[in-house]
Amino acid sequence: MIQDHEITQTMMKPAGVRGMQQYLNASARAIPPSGIRRFFDLVSTSKDKDIISLGVGEPDFVTPWRVRDAAVYSLEKGKTQYTPNAGTPELREAIARYLHDQCSLDYDPGKEILVTVGGSEGIDLALRALIEPGDEILIPEPTYIPYSPLSSLVGGVAVGIETFAKDNFKLTAESLRAAITPRSKVLVLCYPSNPTGGIMTYEDLLPIAKIAEEHDLIVISDEIYSELTYGTKHVSIASLPGMKDRTILVSGFSKAFAMTGWRMGYACGHPDLIGAMLRIHQYTIMCAPIMGQVAALESLSPHGLEEKERMIESYNQRRRLVVQGFRQIGLACHEPQGAFYAFPSIQSTGMSSEEFAQRLVLEAKVAAVPGHVFGKGGEGFLRCCYASSVSQLNEALERIGNFLNKIK
Amino acid sequence: MNQLKLSILDLLKEDARLQASTIATMLGAQEAEVAAAISEMERDHVIVKYATVVNWSKVDDEKVTALIEVECTPERGRGFESIAERIYLYPEVKSVYLMSGAYDLCVEIEGKNLKEVASFVSNKLSTIDSVISTKTFFILKKYKQDGIIFEEFEDDNRLLVSP
Repeated sequence: MIQDHEITQTMMKPAGVRGMQQYLNASARAIPPSGIRRFFDLVSTSKDKDIISLGVGEPDFVTPWRVRDAAVYSLEKGKTQYTPNAGTPELREAIARYLHDQCSLDYDPGKEILVTVGGSEGIDLALRALIEPGDEILIPEPTYIPYSPLSSLVGGVAVGIETFAKDNFKLTAESLRAAITPRSKVLVLCYPSNPTGGIMTYEDLLPIAKIAEEHDLIVISDEIYSELTYGTKHVSIASLPGMKDRTILVSGFSKAFAMTGWRMGYACGHPDLIGAMLRIHQYTIMCAPIMGQVAALESLSPHGLEEKERMIESYNQRRRLVVQGFRQIGLACHEPQGAFYAFPSIQSTGMSSEEFAQRLVLEAKVAAVPGHVFGKGGEGFLRCCYASSVSQLNEALERIGNFLNKIK
Repeated sequence: MNQLKLSILDLLKEDARLQASTIATMLGAQEAEVAAAISEMERDHVIVKYATVVNWSKVDDEKVTALIEVECTPERGRGFESIAERIYLYPEVKSVYLMSGAYDLCVEIEGKNLKEVASFVSNKLSTIDSVISTKTFFILKKYKQDGIIFEEFEDDNRLLVSP
């Protein structure tokens, strides 16, 4: 069996004399090797079965059985065909109802909703539909890694905007304003945030929306973690006055519904934008897999929504445990109000996040993602996913605590 | 019962060994408040016991379990109470439920072997005056008990690191 890290090694091999690199186009060649990838290799080549990983980016729940069963049943019934390009009408209608209930957003399932292969495809389609070569894409960082490489692939220029722990990693009006140039076209928002767990409230979004209007920016709002907020309800920037038309909302079923492997997402927005994205989607993807669409529809049933609530409550409990745990062992940790990540600071150790994360794996057998891979402002932090069992989390905290004592 | 107690029960029924301090952190409550709620529930027998769920099929001295449908005549004034008590006081009886439908009591019995269970039914259970009839069903395999699945799944298939 081919090992995952072998593929990476091939990917990262310098252009050899007889290699085929010269056939690649400039943008493919320019895709930088992902920093997280290197770390993944380090962890996964380790033979140590005892490593506890807080480096994951997905729920520890498997998809609820009711949802899996619906997909199995549909396969048994022979539902194995293409669906309409935009997704089945039933699923689009269910998504429309869901967004209405969740965020008071009203999208027309006929022309404003597109079912995609994961939220990732939605982001890719939006950038492809919007970006001209040289256009600038404003990206608050630290953030989910793919925005910047995907921007480059379509000839755009990713412009990172640093956010800070003192602001709970929110995007502030001042720093957004400072980053805007005449070429700025798109603002990418990922709140609740991977990796920081930061959120943007209505009051936080208001000045951002004003600037977006003022400078005629389109917002790609990646709301894949929107259901996972704690103590306060998620607000979509699309729901702010005047913002629905200039926002492409991208979301999906991976996180809140524990469906990462199904690759089910959706994008919503103005018919002109969604229409263009649909045209790209119909030639590249045709349609999202039908079994995933059946499963997603079941996730939006009353039972599915109940399961979702149960999972969110469980993340919240573990969130409190982990945040307090980090503080007790002496790592400053801002309160993450969304997603399922804590983002403690390791600056007090004097190490870089890469060095800290590496030594943590090798010496303390805990894997967490070094913050610098998430862009500006990530250095000095560690992304720790708390979607693990309470006993694993406690054990991990104890190991990190011991490690900190050792390096003092 | 208040929300805090319900949340505590939800956590404890999954893991009875959770410390009050951990529960307090997880629920965003004060430790003293959680400890008091737990003591109160122990005192009121809301929390009856902290027991361990054992998969006995993995233990060498395997046990035999049977479910027995018992039909019986209720007593004037006391209904099924005293007959149920006569049955549940036997240590080999693991559970007793009063049922609606074709029979009255459902009795779960555990024994070292088939013979022991059979002998209990014929010598102890059937001979009780108000018992009219019994039907014994041996349990062949337990798949799930008290919400816990016995089959071992690969517990974590996730990639160790993902974006």
